[in-house]
Amino acid sequence: MTNLLLIDAGTIEWSRAQFALTAIYHWLFVPLTLGLAVIMGIMETCYYRTKDTFWKDAAKFWQKLFGINFAMGIATGIILEFEFGTNWSNYSWFVGDIFGAPLAVEGIVAFFMESTFVAVMYFGWNKVSRGFHLASTWLTGLGATISAWWILVANAWMQYPVGCEFNPDTMRHEMVSFSEVALSPFAISKFCHTVTSAWIVGAVFCVGVCCWYLMKKRDTRLALESLKIGAIVGLVASLLAAATGHKSAQDVAEVQPMKLAAMEALYNGGTDVGLTAVAWVNPFSQPDYANDESAPLKIEMPYALSFMATNDIHGYVPGINDLLNGYTKPDGTREPSIDEKIERGKKAIVALADYRKARQEGVPVDSLGAQLATINENMKYFGYGYIKDKDQVVPYIPINFWAFRIMVGIGCLLILFFAIVIAGAYKWPAKLWQKRDITSLPHWHYWVAIALIPLAYIASESGWLVAEFGRQPWTIQDMLPTWVAVSDLHSSSVIITFFLFLILFTTMLAVEINILIKQIKKGPDYSA
Amino acid sequence: MRKDSFIYRFFNLYYEGFRDMKLGRTLWTIILIKLFIMFAILKVFFFPNFLKEHAPGNESSYVATELIDRAEP
Repeated sequence: MTNLLLIDAGTIEWSRAQFALTAIYHWLFVPLTLGLAVIMGIMETCYYRTKDTFWKDAAKFWQKLFGINFAMGIATGIILEFEFGTNWSNYSWFVGDIFGAPLAVEGIVAFFMESTFVAVMYFGWNKVSRGFHLASTWLTGLGATISAWWILVANAWMQYPVGCEFNPDTMRHEMVSFSEVALSPFAISKFCHTVTSAWIVGAVFCVGVCCWYLMKKRDTRLALESLKIGAIVGLVASLLAAATGHKSAQDVAEVQPMKLAAMEALYNGGTDVGLTAVAWVNPFSQPDYANDESAPLKIEMPYALSFMATNDIHGYVPGINDLLNGYTKPDGTREPSIDEKIERGKKAIVALADYRKARQEGVPVDSLGAQLATINENMKYFGYGYIKDKDQVVPYIPINFWAFRIMVGIGCLLILFFAIVIAGAYKWPAKLWQKRDITSLPHWHYWVAIALIPLAYIASESGWLVAEFGRQPWTIQDMLPTWVAVSDLHSSSVIITFFLFLILFTTMLAVEINILIKQIKKGPDYSA
Repeated sequence: MRKDSFIYRFFNLYYEGFRDMKLGRTLWTIILIKLFIMFAILKVFFFPNFLKEHAPGNESSYVATELIDRAEP
């Protein structure tokens, strides 16, 4: 028999750290794959339309960089599945059927689409028609994007569990509606925001590489034409990411209001709430949200948070204390306090224990209607039954607050950057660019563009930090906290694998960067 | 087999593609080493299926016990 007190506290934190490490490393590879897929697709489309071999060489060059990143990223996500089975076995069992379906579809689709079309893309030049080759290039990118879709469906389900029913006999959530799971609004918003942000990373990478060529005064045509495509993709993607981010924020406001409150360090909610531009939130300690009115040195944009969360500048946004103590929503319904939710969670767990005991004693299911009804009525708050102190449901505010600002800040910077690059590439307005040429600017201009590559990654990873830290302590929103989801392991075994992964992934990253730099320095192979 | 048949052309696409690889050889070597480390070392020695090891065939009862007991004050 295991009691929570006997679970090694280090196991929880190390398992979380290990999962975060592998997910963060995995996400270093994925956005560039999705982003470069669009860039190389556009290049090859130009070749298809113009028959100019320059575009074929350009497409092949970007496909080569895509291939390096793709090869390095392959299977890095599988480690997350290893961790589910070993470190998070209670979680894995509890969600099994729901989580398994999207991941299985992802595996099958990714394998068949990518193995077929990647092969045609790399091996098929001069062997298949130009049209079929072009289709294969786009389908390679589409395959990777569809893979991302299923992974994000699985992730979205953890944040907003829908389309399922808990079976107390099997102790698993069972899928009752595949469409509800696969087409959950939360998943759709998450997919759109994640994929558009990945396009930004690809575009920044493309523009950065082009700027390096321009700085070195080599491969100028490739650099200039690629720069134009990269900057246009980047600007469109940045604007789309801003729009999809707005929708994501509304979803979060609706189903994970505590995450939104933590992102904003909003201790006490209300109507007409402003969006915090900056405030002093100590990065190293949880604020005293129970006693402070708001974060100090706060500068806010009036009404913007209400608009972001509700599409109405006067909309009501609950703060952390409202969520802890319960509040009345604008539609008159009451959101229970955490204490009330804890009571309901405990009821569900007690009813589950009674049900399981009775079943072991051979009592037929028909006679256990009361227990089943209690479980079903309170399953929504099942996880609260493990909460000992209501402060446990407040995520670590500083990480959410700063990660959100880093993501949005860099995102805004990139919109400006792409707009300037497009203006420079197309010499608009002509008067401003009369004496300047984007191919011969002072070097620091190009270094700024190159420096934005890591910043784009930081923004992308920050988005994931908000998504995942913001839902703490839940592995499944409101149903399963981390300390119940984790396996009864000794922390030492998790620590060993944590460092093994750190070494493995860092080596892979170093190898990738090394090969990428070599190939960029080598440049494209031009047709004779 | 006729050289213009679909199966031959399909096979030939992969055969010549793999044969003529340059950078691809390095990448495939890295992929294979990585997969070996992941599946033959990490999965086998460090990432056993916890429930299959601790409660083979009885996973639901094990998880039920875990979930119920961890709620105790």
